[in-house]
Amino acid sequence: MADDTGLDFSDQIEALENKYQQALKDLYIRLTPIQRLTIARHPNRPTVLDHILNITEKWVELHGDRAGYDDPAIVTGIGSMNGKSYMFIGQQKGRNTKENIFRNFAMPTPHGYRKALRMMKYADHHGFPIITFVDTPGAFADLKSEELGQGEAIAQNLRTMFGLKVPIVTVVTGEGGSGGALAIACANKLFMLENSAFYVASPEACAAILWKSSQQAPKAAEKLKITAQEHYRLKIADGIIPEPLGGAHSDPVWTSQQIKLAITQAMEELTKMDTEELLRHRMLKFRSLGGFQEGVPVDPQKNAT
Amino acid sequence: MNICEQCGYYLKISSSDRIELSVDPGTWDPMDDGMVSLDPIEFHSEEEPYKDRIDSYQKKTGLTEAVQTGTGQLNGIPVAIGVMDFQFMGGSMGSVVGEKITRLIEYATNKLLPLILVCASGGARMQEGSLSLMQMAKISSALYDYQSNKKLFYVSILTSPTTGGVTASFGMLGDIIIAEPNAYIAFAGKRVIEQTLNKTVPEGSQAAEYLFHKGLFDPIVPRNLLKGVLSELFQLHAFFPFNKN
Repeated sequence: MADDTGLDFSDQIEALENKYQQALKDLYIRLTPIQRLTIARHPNRPTVLDHILNITEKWVELHGDRAGYDDPAIVTGIGSMNGKSYMFIGQQKGRNTKENIFRNFAMPTPHGYRKALRMMKYADHHGFPIITFVDTPGAFADLKSEELGQGEAIAQNLRTMFGLKVPIVTVVTGEGGSGGALAIACANKLFMLENSAFYVASPEACAAILWKSSQQAPKAAEKLKITAQEHYRLKIADGIIPEPLGGAHSDPVWTSQQIKLAITQAMEELTKMDTEELLRHRMLKFRSLGGFQEGVPVDPQKNAT
Repeated sequence: MNICEQCGYYLKISSSDRIELSVDPGTWDPMDDGMVSLDPIEFHSEEEPYKDRIDSYQKKTGLTEAVQTGTGQLNGIPVAIGVMDFQFMGGSMGSVVGEKITRLIEYATNKLLPLILVCASGGARMQEGSLSLMQMAKISSALYDYQSNKKLFYVSILTSPTTGGVTASFGMLGDIIIAEPNAYIAFAGKRVIEQTLNKTVPEGSQAAEYLFHKGLFDPIVPRNLLKGVLSELFQLHAFFPFNKN
């Protein structure tokens, strides 16, 4: 164009592009919790299967709880990374509405958790280290799941995970919705992607309960401290895995490589431990969590009942 | 007993009354009763800071938190027992509830005591964020050591209501799970299900009797028989009263 018109704007264009990049960076550094949650729930965000396929050389998906159902909301299977075999377990969202309906929006039923439990025991038996990926709005809340013992299924996983004699590493790739997320996340090391979130109640539900309006979700997201950065500060997360500018969906392959790097390093450290040390390590990670104080004299007026 | 003499309805019972009902007089020895929350994630809503809220519940109930833990004797059998109190912030589980129950289990593990946990809870406490959630893992980890390594005996008692994170951790992990008649027991409560599915939940579909038929608990035991049933169960598992043996 410059040749035709004799006008050369390339300097200005470059300056503007730099400005744009800078503005983008500034924007993404200062994301609010609810904005991060929006990225974590972005329809184009790489799903668990995307990450698994990106980081494994070989991959065999395994199915079914052997008790009536193969829950598509949880995917499980064996894959190899740098020639080593691992058990992969994760909640699977769909890439479009049709897939999401099939995957039940990654909300597992008790069948899903029991399938995960079967695979954890399988991995324990064969000595495969376990890698779990968390990306769920929560365990499925319907009457059928209640009757099948949703609470029991989650509880069994929590307790069983503390007895597995293989290393466990968890990566929160999207959203970690309460007990339904924790049921596959009792790990030796827990990592969170930069824009992922973990919460005890979704900001929408929290706002509805406390302020009777789900419009207050942004406020609730702030109060609930849902971000990766807050979880790292609370020592729930052991590390934050970086995402490309604009979020994981702007470069899924790069994001997967960062995940692989974090997992490989953690596994290297964990495989050096003997079984007893490994189990103790996992127990201690959770044993220290909580905020309380003791020995404070309680106002006698309060005890006067 | 807090049971209506006319219709047999089970009224809620405070943790102190429950302890009086289950533990032999003069044998209750409380643990960690001075532990209070630190407001670890600084959860302030404009209307009422979390700390003030805890203060007002402490004044109202005379308790420091939503669970009382300790040791005592049940028909002469030494036991470790934890009782949740629904009157204290809906029996919700935050850091203090998690820590007190974990310590109780650890104590029972070391002293080889049988364990009873009486549940009454709306679930994890939102005001402590993910830390509340992590208490589920912390308690389950202690139970793994108690139940799987030491092979000791834990009875969970589900009273109305037992929901959310309590159901999905120690509530459903009892070696034997006992429910109270007509207790409301759920993972996802009625409102949550209705909100998710946009359908109404039929009356009674989350009552102990209905779920019992689905195979979720061992016995449903009326409140007035509970102490007797527990002491029989303990003896069947070879935990005997102090004076005999």
